Amino acid sequence: MTYANPSAGRALLRRSALAAALLCGALGAGLAQAQEPVKIGFIATMSGPGGALGQDQYDAFMLAIEQKGGKLGGVPVEVIREDDQLKPDVGVQAATKLLKSEHVPIITGVTFSNVMMAIHKPITDSQVFLIGSNAGPAPIAGKECSPFFFSTSWDNDMLHEAGGQLASDLGYKNMYVMAANYQAGRDAVSGFKRDYTGKVIDEVYTQVNQPDYSAEIAQLQAASPDAVYVFYPGGMGVNFVKQYRQAGLLGSLPLISVSTIDGSTLPALKSLAVGAITSAPYAPNLDNPQNKQFVEAFVKAYKRQPSMYAAQSYDAANLIDSALAKVKGDVSNKDALRAAFKEADFDSVRGAFKFDSNQFPDAPFYRVDVVEGPDGAELQASTPIKIKTRANFAAQCNMK
Amino acid sequence: MSFTLFIIQTLNGLQLGVLLFLMAAGLTLVFGIMNFVNLAHGSMYMMGAFFAASLYNVTGSFLLAAVLLVPAMLTLGLAVNWIALRKLYPRDHLDQVLATFGLILFFNELARMIWGPSPYYMEVPEFLIGAVNLFGVRYPAYRLVIIASGLLVALGCYVLIHRTRIGMLIRAGASNRAMVDVLGVNITLLNAMLFALGAVLAGFAGLLAGPIMSVQAGMGEPILILTMVVIVIGGIGSIRGAFYASLIVGVVDTLGRTLLPNLLRTVLERSAADIAGPALASMMIYLLMAAILAVKPEGLFPVHKH
Repeated sequence: MTYANPSAGRALLRRSALAAALLCGALGAGLAQAQEPVKIGFIATMSGPGGALGQDQYDAFMLAIEQKGGKLGGVPVEVIREDDQLKPDVGVQAATKLLKSEHVPIITGVTFSNVMMAIHKPITDSQVFLIGSNAGPAPIAGKECSPFFFSTSWDNDMLHEAGGQLASDLGYKNMYVMAANYQAGRDAVSGFKRDYTGKVIDEVYTQVNQPDYSAEIAQLQAASPDAVYVFYPGGMGVNFVKQYRQAGLLGSLPLISVSTIDGSTLPALKSLAVGAITSAPYAPNLDNPQNKQFVEAFVKAYKRQPSMYAAQSYDAANLIDSALAKVKGDVSNKDALRAAFKEADFDSVRGAFKFDSNQFPDAPFYRVDVVEGPDGAELQASTPIKIKTRANFAAQCNMK
Repeated sequence: MSFTLFIIQTLNGLQLGVLLFLMAAGLTLVFGIMNFVNLAHGSMYMMGAFFAASLYNVTGSFLLAAVLLVPAMLTLGLAVNWIALRKLYPRDHLDQVLATFGLILFFNELARMIWGPSPYYMEVPEFLIGAVNLFGVRYPAYRLVIIASGLLVALGCYVLIHRTRIGMLIRAGASNRAMVDVLGVNITLLNAMLFALGAVLAGFAGLLAGPIMSVQAGMGEPILILTMVVIVIGGIGSIRGAFYASLIVGVVDTLGRTLLPNLLRTVLERSAADIAGPALASMMIYLLMAAILAVKPEGLFPVHKH
């Protein structure tokens, strides 16, 4: 290119240089401002009968962020909340939105197993980290495990293995077992039997969302077992426990339950549930400093006791906090971020916490009693349960 | 199964039956007389349970809550009828189904906004706590009260329908609506009253169910489905039919749930019986409905239309 007028050429050159300098300046400023918020997707069941569980997860997650001044790992975070309405298809839509239009690097939450089964693959296939804080269906702990999935809760079988172990430890020889007639209910019974050494004198499956259990309760009285084991999550649990109490059984015929009496159903049961025994991964009275400050902050912020759903989600937030701090907010290096998650370098409200090879926690379960408390009743953890036989899903998970 | 257990299970069936009757009475009248499909009837049951639970928790008296519930449900019934439904009576059934389905969503969300997503607390009144020893098996006293009060309401309905002038108009309306209208009866007012009566009965069912069941958003839908089965079996528009069908459905459902799995275990292998038993038991009342409709397509006690 030649210029008829050299000075005009020089002027153009000068202007170009100026523009280039400005551009560089802008870029430099951009680099300095790498602290733009890290987006975190949150998917849970926020409405419908299961909505209380998702609300607990969300509240605890946001509490952790608030405690750290709107940051996790020293980086500002933006939480994008989605409600899956306990419908797998809605969950998939929410996940797609978070992946395709929000481009989030991390998704957390997930309340129910059916939703988890639907969204686990699309999320982990896109190499986005999924930090589950409740649902843990067996397949994703075993054969279909993924390097991009971490859990701060348990696999479904573990809940009931702990229940079976507890029944054995308490020395009950004859148990009467009841569950709702769906996959999780059947898994509950098989998990229970794995660690229960006594005799199951009868197992009864009732309709999902059955409101009235009077017939079954009369039946179980006639069978005169040593104790009763039930798995009735949500409203079913409220129905069953109320009716068990009204039949005059709670207090005379021991009731062991899992996912039946917890932070989400206790407000509806109050003193009616006193005397029941549960096996659970968490109770507000667990004695560790992290839990003490968590319970205090949660009660102050939301005027209610935290449930295990809240606790697990609080752990998820702190896990993300520890990992983001390790990678200094750089979420682009997936290997580094994964390694940081794997270390589980945070204080869990459940006490000791480390990841198994399938990236599910190796954390304790407790015998939790429903005792009289300020609001009628409260959950009180006592001895940890030592589960003897585990389904060992980690062995089926071949992940490096 | 021993004889005493059989008696207990029959009582359990009766108790479910009278709850169903309280629901079915209102639904069958509205359906049979106004020719109006009201899916929101389950929502009236839910609102009744929430109102009752709140009134009970605030006043501390179950009986006072029961008394205050009547005007509350009457107001709610009249308001829903006046605001949302009165324009829908002449429309076809599909429009009514859509509109009242919308009301279900509305009320569930409303309940969630007011009382929260968790189940709401409601306890059996103190003087009814405990179990009565019945033939060697302990039976909750409160459930006996449900049976008794349900039967009382049934008696009240019988007197209202067969012994009063309003009842005569209701029966006339069920047989020939146009003629009643022509004779100078204010059918709009009659409709509104009927709808409100249905709401009160459903609310009363909610009050009785509240202490034994989980009071939460969406609690009305499972019972609405059973109620629909009841009014179809009983014959749409017939209170007498609703009464007998409620008891039949209650007893068949309860005995089916307890007898069938045990029965299957004697003929099938244990594991197969455990899978087939609960599935078949949950189908029992629908099989019953299919069988009855095959023989009597109008239901057991059809209302004669002219």
